[in-house]
Amino acid sequence: MSSNTPGGKPTHYVAPIEETPLVEIDSVKVRTDEKPSNLWRDAWRDLRGRPLFWLSSALILLIAIVALFPGLFTQVDPNSGCLLANSNGGPTSGHPLGFTKQGCDIYSRIIHGTSTSVAVGFIVILITTTLGLVAGAVSGFYGGWLDAVISRVGDIFFSIPYILAAVVVMSVLSAYRSVWVISLAIGLFAWPVVARVLRSEILRVKASDFVMAAEALGVSRFKILVRHVLPNSIAPVIVITTISLASAIVAEATLSFLGVGLPTSTMSWGNDISAAQVDLRTAPQTLILPSIALSITVFAFITLGEVLRDALDPKARAQR
Amino acid sequence: MARYLLWRVLQAIPVLIGTTFLIYFMVFAMPGDPILALFGDKTPNPALLARLRAEYHLDEPFIVQYWYYFTGIFQGDFGTSFTGEPTTEILARTFPVTIRLAVLAMLFQSIAGILVGLVSGLRKGKLFDASALAVSLVLISLPIFVVAFVAQYVFGIQLGWARTTVGAGAPWADLVLPALVLASVSFAQIVRLTRASVIETQGLDFVRTAYGKGLSRSRVIPVHILRNSLIPVVTYLGTDFGVLLVGATVTEGIFNVPGVGRTLYQAILRGEGPTVVSFVTVMVLIYLVVNLVIDLLYAVLDPRIRYVK
Repeated sequence: MSSNTPGGKPTHYVAPIEETPLVEIDSVKVRTDEKPSNLWRDAWRDLRGRPLFWLSSALILLIAIVALFPGLFTQVDPNSGCLLANSNGGPTSGHPLGFTKQGCDIYSRIIHGTSTSVAVGFIVILITTTLGLVAGAVSGFYGGWLDAVISRVGDIFFSIPYILAAVVVMSVLSAYRSVWVISLAIGLFAWPVVARVLRSEILRVKASDFVMAAEALGVSRFKILVRHVLPNSIAPVIVITTISLASAIVAEATLSFLGVGLPTSTMSWGNDISAAQVDLRTAPQTLILPSIALSITVFAFITLGEVLRDALDPKARAQR
Repeated sequence: MARYLLWRVLQAIPVLIGTTFLIYFMVFAMPGDPILALFGDKTPNPALLARLRAEYHLDEPFIVQYWYYFTGIFQGDFGTSFTGEPTTEILARTFPVTIRLAVLAMLFQSIAGILVGLVSGLRKGKLFDASALAVSLVLISLPIFVVAFVAQYVFGIQLGWARTTVGAGAPWADLVLPALVLASVSFAQIVRLTRASVIETQGLDFVRTAYGKGLSRSRVIPVHILRNSLIPVVTYLGTDFGVLLVGATVTEGIFNVPGVGRTLYQAILRGEGPTVVSFVTVMVLIYLVVNLVIDLLYAVLDPRIRYVK
């Protein structure tokens, strides 16, 4: 495409297009094959390389399998077949961890107690996330008097340390102790944590340009909340939920240990630890072994929560 | 300043009313008739029953009963324990012990936590940092009663360094082990908070300026970095008081420390509902007041907070 005078020689040299810098610019590879980076993909890339993530995930998987299918791990019945002759006895063949005071198999009781702790943990986070999501979303997104009312109510529940509150609830409902009631007692006082975290995150996200853009396009308020604001505010809630699952398991064990938790007929690590405390001097293993099971479970969930926090929060990532 | 303080105190009032209301409501909902229970198996005279009900205001609506209870709290009436001793008298006897235990635990956790956190933050990514983080993860995962039993077994029974139960009068020496157990819960949190805060402060301009002026590390670290890193830690120590109270219930129960926590612990074990409730109320009130005082102190210390709102 050199400029030629009709019929004559070119008046001046013009570089062919293939040699102009424009081609260089045009041919810069736009990496269309790679998806744009986002929080979740970055987090996943970060998590993949962290041994603690794999350790805690593997532990949680194992705990879940034990909780769902205890029969895969032990054939010994945890309740019947207890012989007082074996009281506080050491390990024998078929009973690798020895016996409780009642002469029951400790290993089997630990395996069968897993589902109790895990169930309480999950029911509690079901309650706290449901209440916390609704309360946090409404007060953060809609604001105004709803925010004032919900935040003050949250303050009230937040002001009572939740184990103390659960102690009162469980004392009041002493005739109705069960996994559901204890979970309700814990969850009822633990939700404000979720609501607070979500509320402040929503306040941050609400000020973003993309929310304003959606508003300008005429998207309804509710749709903005559900489609744009919530998905961008949920990361800290996931972190808090993972950690509060661990706290709920500790709370159940503490309440059972205090004697206001689950009825003694329910198989639970807290109950076994509580029953073993009088024999700490003579048979410490009856107390230590279920404590180890409890601590490993709590460790798994807390570690996962911490790793997730590091991966999802760019500020925390910078501090590593 | 005065306006902020007033506003903050006013804000505490609905929370105070709300928490006492909530606790009272739970007790009100408790099944069973307390007056009938007084008579055991006997069938009481209806006239006597009515008189007792009137005397305890049980014939009046819930909200009126709550009002009697609420005003009673302000007159120092927290009810009576099963042994007939007023709650306030038990408190006067047991509270100083718990305060001493809590102060000792606070001291242990803040000194050790801040030191370890500071070194970790300064040596980010080094061996010390990695092992401090690992230890803190393990400590966070251990429920307090597990720590208490292990400490009791190892230091009390196996090594014989400390007494497994606290003697009469709770001498300071006996309180060391329970206080260490109590401190273990929040130690890890303080390490993490201090570490994160130190790392953040370290990168700020005024620290670079301080080094640029030629100040030595031994001056910059304590004066410029540490002091400015402590604000979130101090806030945490305030809110941590609730954790200490709950922890004290378990720790005092296990180590037999004659404090508020053990009284609550024993009342729970014996199933003495009313005593449990009055002690929980007292603890929640203490917790609220401590948090209020810390917020107020905080406003005095940090001018930025006064102007927010």
